[in-house]
Amino acid sequence: MAGWRPGFTHLLGDRGGLVLLTVLAAAAVLVPVLNLLVPPTAAFHVPTYLVSLLGKYLCYALLALSVDLVWGFCGILSLGHGAFFALGGYAMGMHLMRQIGTRGVYGHPVLPDFMVFLNWKELPWYWHGFDHFAFAALMVVLVPGLLAFLFGWFAFRSRVTGVYLSIITQAMTFALMLAFFRNNMGFGGNNGLTDFKDLLGFNLQADGTRAALFAASALMLAGGYALCRFVVNSRFGKVLVAIRDAESRARFLGYRVESYKLVVFTLSAVMAGVAGALYVPQVGIINPSEFSPANSIEVVIWVAVGGRGSLHGAVLGAVLVNYLKSYFTGALPDAWLFVLGGLFIAVTLFLPKGIVGTVPALGPGRCWKGIDAATTQLTRLFGGGRTQL
Amino acid sequence: MNPAPAIGAGHESLPTILYLNGVTVSFDGFKALDNLSFYIRAGELRAVIGPNGAGKTTMMDVITGKTRPDAGEVFFDETVDLTKLDEARIANLGIGRKFQKPTVFENHTVFENLELALAGDRRALPALFFRLGPAERARIDAVLATTALAPVQDRAAGSLSHGQKQWLEIGMLLMQDPDLLLVDEPAAGMTDAETEQTARMLREIAASHSVVVVEHDMEFVRDLGCRVTVLHEGSVLAEGSLETVQANPRVVEVYLGR
Ligand SMILES: Nc1ncnc2c1ncn2[C@@H]1O[C@H](COP(=O)(O)OP(=O)(O)OP(=O)(O)O)[C@@H](O)[C@H]1O
Ligand SMILES: [Mg+2]
Repeated sequence: MAGWRPGFTHLLGDRGGLVLLTVLAAAAVLVPVLNLLVPPTAAFHVPTYLVSLLGKYLCYALLALSVDLVWGFCGILSLGHGAFFALGGYAMGMHLMRQIGTRGVYGHPVLPDFMVFLNWKELPWYWHGFDHFAFAALMVVLVPGLLAFLFGWFAFRSRVTGVYLSIITQAMTFALMLAFFRNNMGFGGNNGLTDFKDLLGFNLQADGTRAALFAASALMLAGGYALCRFVVNSRFGKVLVAIRDAESRARFLGYRVESYKLVVFTLSAVMAGVAGALYVPQVGIINPSEFSPANSIEVVIWVAVGGRGSLHGAVLGAVLVNYLKSYFTGALPDAWLFVLGGLFIAVTLFLPKGIVGTVPALGPGRCWKGIDAATTQLTRLFGGGRTQL
Repeated sequence: MNPAPAIGAGHESLPTILYLNGVTVSFDGFKALDNLSFYIRAGELRAVIGPNGAGKTTMMDVITGKTRPDAGEVFFDETVDLTKLDEARIANLGIGRKFQKPTVFENHTVFENLELALAGDRRALPALFFRLGPAERARIDAVLATTALAPVQDRAAGSLSHGQKQWLEIGMLLMQDPDLLLVDEPAAGMTDAETEQTARMLREIAASHSVVVVEHDMEFVRDLGCRVTVLHEGSVLAEGSLETVQANPRVVEVYLGR
């Protein structure tokens, strides 16, 4: 009785979460089995490229989850979470570079190829330690977390909110992109880090490694979900929603809003960093384009499509939109951006609660309700006086 | 206007819980508060009235740290200068506030609204592991009873009627258990029956707290049966019992002159 109360009426009960966790657990086992143990000729075989593609979706889903935690539950519309994802990715990439050792094109035992190419004589200080996996893993968490902490410390303390906050998060990721493009930053310039060989001694091209990375992504996403669920259901989570809905009221109740925002923003950045670290070995490259402002905006669209303020909705949105993206970039590459933009507009107009917030309401025979809601939205829109976006 | 008494003056009476001295707030040159001075004794129930734009809400904004005055001091408990502190600090010192426009957490249930207002540790990290104990649950139930909200405790606050939202906000104040309550127009938009019940609630609260109530409704103020301060153009125009104040020709002029 003392624990969970069915309070978040705007969320679904946790049935959606249970379904998600079950699907993830099943996928973590089934996908590797169907890839490794079922012969390629069989109908149920999952080809390795698909394993990695799905793994990539799961990393995106973890990123979406982190954005939903701050945006959906605390109203912080971050348009810069791609930066935390990329920083986690770079930390992992640096470890993978150091693992290459003498197998690089120039065969230098310590320096990555691009440094040899730039005629550098020794490893920059900030590359030290990355030869140890544990150190790199620590940096995956620490670097995005620290950046988010510093950013949040200044932004939330000065009470920057709303559009202004969104703009400075964009500025942050944009500035990082420009910095990482520079060769003398020591992160491989616009080529980024690539040509990875192995991770923890396992060949990254091997089917087994790919399957393991997929399983790790599924487990990490499940863990991320469970963590978010814990946070959201706690009193802390209730305060987050209170801040989202009536920030000054929360202050007058004695809550130090900036502390709550700082904690959740930092936690969210760490999750994004972990997502990036799992992403890099599966796609085989990390470069500054990961910092591009458009990437961060895309994440927000995934969340909006799935259902802002619903944890499993964010996961669903990320997987669905990225599946569509894979499909369109294959079939109609020029159309993708229009589809994405159209999707975002359609969702904000017709499905303000995203798929998850809308579809369950449309039981059999209840479809009219959804259409009704859409019509009301339309009338309100064209009748003028739409107060909020 | 009225020269403010020095802090602690009249030592035979109760201590001063709130003391405003020469508070001035201007918005683009317009003085919403103009050298406002007055004080409230501990345990007192005080009604503040005044025409629209008199500065009543602005006064509450200053006390609760939302607005910084251009000049003047605001003392709480005779020692703490509130003009130096932020909203959360002031709230935690023991000053609660009900807004003019009812402000509750619309997506939370009535119960959760009260739970969030519950006095206690406000720090972020401990909130992750907070569990509601039986004693706290009992307090919430008591407030649900006082505010007549028990039947709707599991409804989202956003779905309440206007009057119920007002009560919920008063209930949240009770959960906060502050020493000083600032209540801005609690009866606005209420039916007569609701207004009467609200006055009863506030008198009950005033038995154990210091309360400042801003209100336009004279019937309501009469029901409160307390000392009245009249604000006009940002400063005190008159003070006394409702009868004295209503007999004051300047007060009559201000109210009729609109
Ligand atoms: N943020 C602000 N910026 C500019 N002017 C303001 C601001 N807040 C209040 N005012 C002005 O200050 C004056 C006092 O406002 P206040 O809200 O304190 O009045 P009030 O006594 O509460 O009135 P009401 O009875 O209508 O609630 C008004 O003229 C108002 O327009
Ligand atoms: Mg007012």
